[in-house]
Amino acid sequence: MTGTGAQRAWGNTIDWYLVGAYLLLVLLGWLNIYASEYDPENVRSIFSWDMRSGKQLVWIGTSLLLGLLILFFISPRSLETLSPLLYGVMLLLLVAVIFLGANTRGSHSWFVLGPVSFQPAELSKITTALLLANRMSRYNFRLTQRRDFLRTAAIILLPMLIIVAENETGSALVYLSFLFMLYREGLSGWWLLLLLMIVVVFILTLVLSPYVALWVTMAVAAVCVCAERAAMRTFFRIYLPAGLVLAFYPMMYRSWMASGLLAFLRPSWVLLAVALVMFVVYLVKAWKEKNSFRMFVAFALVLGLVITRVVPWVFQNVLQDHQRIRIEVLLGMKEDPAGAGYNVRQSMIAIGSGGFWGKGWLQGTQSSYGFVPEQSTDFIFCTVGEQWGFVGCLFIIALYVFLIGRIMVLSEGSREAFTRIYGYSIAGIIFMHLMVNIGMTIGLMPVIGIPLPFLSYGGSSLWSFSIMIFIFVALIRNEKKYFL
Amino acid sequence: MTEPTRHIRLLVALGVAALILLGRIFYIQLVDDSYKTDALNNSMAHIPVYPLRGIIYDRNGQILVGNKICYDLLCTPSALEPFDTLLLSRVLGVEKQVIQEKLAEYTSRQFRRKIGYRSVVMFPKLPEETYMRFEEISYRFPGFSGQARSLRQYPFNAGGNLLGYISEVDAQYIKAHPEYKSGDYAGKTGLEFSCERLLRGEKGEKIFYRDSRGRIGAPYRGGEADKPAVSGMDITTTIDARLQHYGQALMQNKVGSLVAIEPSTGEILTLVSSPGIDVDVLADIGAHYKEIAANPYKPMFNRAVQASYPPGSVFKLVNALIGLQEGVLRPSMKYPCHAGYHFGKNSRLGCHNHRSPIDMEEAIMMSCNAYFCYVFKDLIDNPDYGTAEKAFNRWRDYVESFGFGQKLGSDFPSELGGFIPKSSYYDKYYGKNAWKAHTIISLSIGQGELGCTPLHLANLCATIANRGYYYIPHLVKESEKVPLDEKYRQRHYTKVDTTHFAQIIPGMYRAVNAGWGSGATASIAAVEGLEICGKTGTAQNPHGDDHSVFICFAPRDNPKIAVAAYLENGGFGAAWAAPVASLLVEQYLSGGISQERKPLEKRVLEGNLMDKVKRK
Repeated sequence: MTGTGAQRAWGNTIDWYLVGAYLLLVLLGWLNIYASEYDPENVRSIFSWDMRSGKQLVWIGTSLLLGLLILFFISPRSLETLSPLLYGVMLLLLVAVIFLGANTRGSHSWFVLGPVSFQPAELSKITTALLLANRMSRYNFRLTQRRDFLRTAAIILLPMLIIVAENETGSALVYLSFLFMLYREGLSGWWLLLLLMIVVVFILTLVLSPYVALWVTMAVAAVCVCAERAAMRTFFRIYLPAGLVLAFYPMMYRSWMASGLLAFLRPSWVLLAVALVMFVVYLVKAWKEKNSFRMFVAFALVLGLVITRVVPWVFQNVLQDHQRIRIEVLLGMKEDPAGAGYNVRQSMIAIGSGGFWGKGWLQGTQSSYGFVPEQSTDFIFCTVGEQWGFVGCLFIIALYVFLIGRIMVLSEGSREAFTRIYGYSIAGIIFMHLMVNIGMTIGLMPVIGIPLPFLSYGGSSLWSFSIMIFIFVALIRNEKKYFL
Repeated sequence: MTEPTRHIRLLVALGVAALILLGRIFYIQLVDDSYKTDALNNSMAHIPVYPLRGIIYDRNGQILVGNKICYDLLCTPSALEPFDTLLLSRVLGVEKQVIQEKLAEYTSRQFRRKIGYRSVVMFPKLPEETYMRFEEISYRFPGFSGQARSLRQYPFNAGGNLLGYISEVDAQYIKAHPEYKSGDYAGKTGLEFSCERLLRGEKGEKIFYRDSRGRIGAPYRGGEADKPAVSGMDITTTIDARLQHYGQALMQNKVGSLVAIEPSTGEILTLVSSPGIDVDVLADIGAHYKEIAANPYKPMFNRAVQASYPPGSVFKLVNALIGLQEGVLRPSMKYPCHAGYHFGKNSRLGCHNHRSPIDMEEAIMMSCNAYFCYVFKDLIDNPDYGTAEKAFNRWRDYVESFGFGQKLGSDFPSELGGFIPKSSYYDKYYGKNAWKAHTIISLSIGQGELGCTPLHLANLCATIANRGYYYIPHLVKESEKVPLDEKYRQRHYTKVDTTHFAQIIPGMYRAVNAGWGSGATASIAAVEGLEICGKTGTAQNPHGDDHSVFICFAPRDNPKIAVAAYLENGGFGAAWAAPVASLLVEQYLSGGISQERKPLEKRVLEGNLMDKVKRK
């Protein structure tokens, strides 16, 4: 044991709620991994090395060893001081894997060393969180300061971009979860709204049309500006009539103008012109009045405009086929039950067939018989849904909410900014994984291959989530050791 | 640092997000049932068990169409593992390359995406011996399996077109008949088509547990939910297989039809359309489809029921009967014939050389054109009706009552109705009331705007043989399980009184039996002791040589068989049609051909008229 002075017994310093939730999830994961591979005609023991559950047992054991190592042999303080170095090494590994890694389904993100494979992207989340905690806990750090803001953004974006280059877009998206922590640390809620706007404009552009998407962007911008200045009159005099005219303009154009002298007044160009005028007016006024909110709205507007123009092109030319089809299927633009929709369809069938109480452990037909692909890794939640039913899903999700909530509460109560920032970072990461992974299995999210923390089969993922959690437990323990 | 409510907001966001997930899960697990039914289908393999299709017998119990077992070799791409392609090619007797090409296709990404975890028929219709060789060592070929199914087998070369073929249903067929599934077979033509519902049987299924790799596990619920296949119903046809076979031989290398009916029942004994489809081809129609489609003589086209021809002189019998009924003709009435019938200014409908004047019996015997022009003129210009139009309509009613100009209603698919012009048809051409008997005089000798099928002519012959009525000609005979449709038991009387039929029969009898030198047209059809009554026809047509037509029945009293032979471009009725029809009658009634008629039989069997026929 490390440390001196008035210490509490080590058992009292560990947050057993957190560790208990972790152990329970890992155990349930192990049982479900066995169930997902269980073949009634060829029954093998849950401990059999031929089964993934047998291998997972090894990963669980080593994870716990790692946890003990972190808890009792590594000073949390050293993690704080070493974080820039760890971050740098991780970046190097992330780049190296592009050239040295094995090619799995088109992405170069795995180091394969004999029987063991390892994905640096998993661990780089932790080093990023540590470095962020290090930088942001410094005295004088203010997210509202441009320099600090940009630095923070760079720390997050750098690994993210390298992972995109590895062709692991799904893993890269996880880095957006740092917004969770950034919001807690004072990031303006408007940035989150901006992100939301990007997603909405993206979907509107694809599902309806660029025209509608841009119109909605402009309407939201106008409402924001008028609300901020309480300018009801301007809104009703200018924006509302103009908005209505523009809303019906394409119809008018088609019926009367398309073949006449005014045929050059194409709706898309007219709307674009109006949007540009709006942008310039807002920008000039914001400049004059030194109104940063207006400035923000003006740029949001121009961002929306660019998205509506660029998205269709990106969608057709930049995205790879499988990504495009996944998005199309999710948005209901295409049906493809045998192809891209197959996984999701099968997964929803498996979950849906569970009913309220489920079919019982090892009694599944869908997941056990292998209809759901990747059933022990990314689609492990299908086994939960089928065999444990709604009750099981409720329990698992509640357990996650408890775990994440516990991390948040402990972080909030921590005296150290480093612990708090790190805690919120990993809470966000686990939250993101939870939403995207389960959302994918029930058809709420596009198919993005990221694991369900603690439950999915796989050493790389279990190790990194275990390390992530145990560092936090160690940080909290460290605090409790010295403060009462 | 920041406002204290932010961490509360984040906790709320966490809760809300979790509730969204749970709401969605709640919906798919407890509200929407569709995922449960899908789950059942997903994890069970429903293996169809194909029923044996009904057997088709001839009237004497001879099997015309039977079944033989063959096997489809299925490949499940998702379950494939490396195997010895050379061994498989040897076992199946296929080129190794063919197997490799097919495998390359099945394992392509695109194909896998399309087919998912299902199987594909790799080699259809393997014979039993081949399949047994495969099955012995099938464990060496993971991902391959066999599926038994029955193929049609034809032990006797008779029927062809008449029997029709079966083939796998396509998307269009399934759309129209939702009870069929891809992989099922259905009758597409002939009896296979018209009796599909009887012959088909009921598909069964075996249910197994299955995993995604197509691996079939234990029987579902120990097999208690399995459904056995129900074999199709056997059918007995009215066809006489040996007679049909002989008829096909007679019609070989000739274009036309040969139809024989049993007058007392309306049962079709023989229905030949030549050139037709050989039963060997029928068994594997898919492989021969191109060849059939390219054949200029259109072998798929069943001329016996689908070709519309002018009836020619045999139609004189119909006009004689109508004349008798209308009272404009008495058997003893004599008309002159000077090389034809002269009307209008320098118009003449020609006739061959024979003595003159003659009565009705001789006119039928010698097939005098002029005689029937007089009869027809008297019918149409009959003052009782006032106008030619009214008289014509009356005439048309009579003709229709013989079954002409309409589908007879046989159980054969795609029967053609033929054509009898209406008065409006002539109004259109010549103007209202601007036409009279002489305008349409060619109808008197069965030329002009008349169209009828060989089946119509055979039916006419049967009607005369029955002295005034017919049963709708049909192909399916009553058997234990298949009752006869009531409509085939009803006598259909013509509008001509039955007493008049007896009056035309002496002419038909003498046309065949009056002896050489008498002027009779069909002496070549005479068979000693059979009392064949017949009428020749020589149908002019714009496409080349005249068609050779002959109808006959025998014996004279209580006729057993009525035949119509129609040979395209065969020339005089006596040249080809009369020999063909009389040989068929002789074969049927005597069970063979007499010694003195063997040379005639030889001439017919070896005769080739194909070159005379204009290819389409």
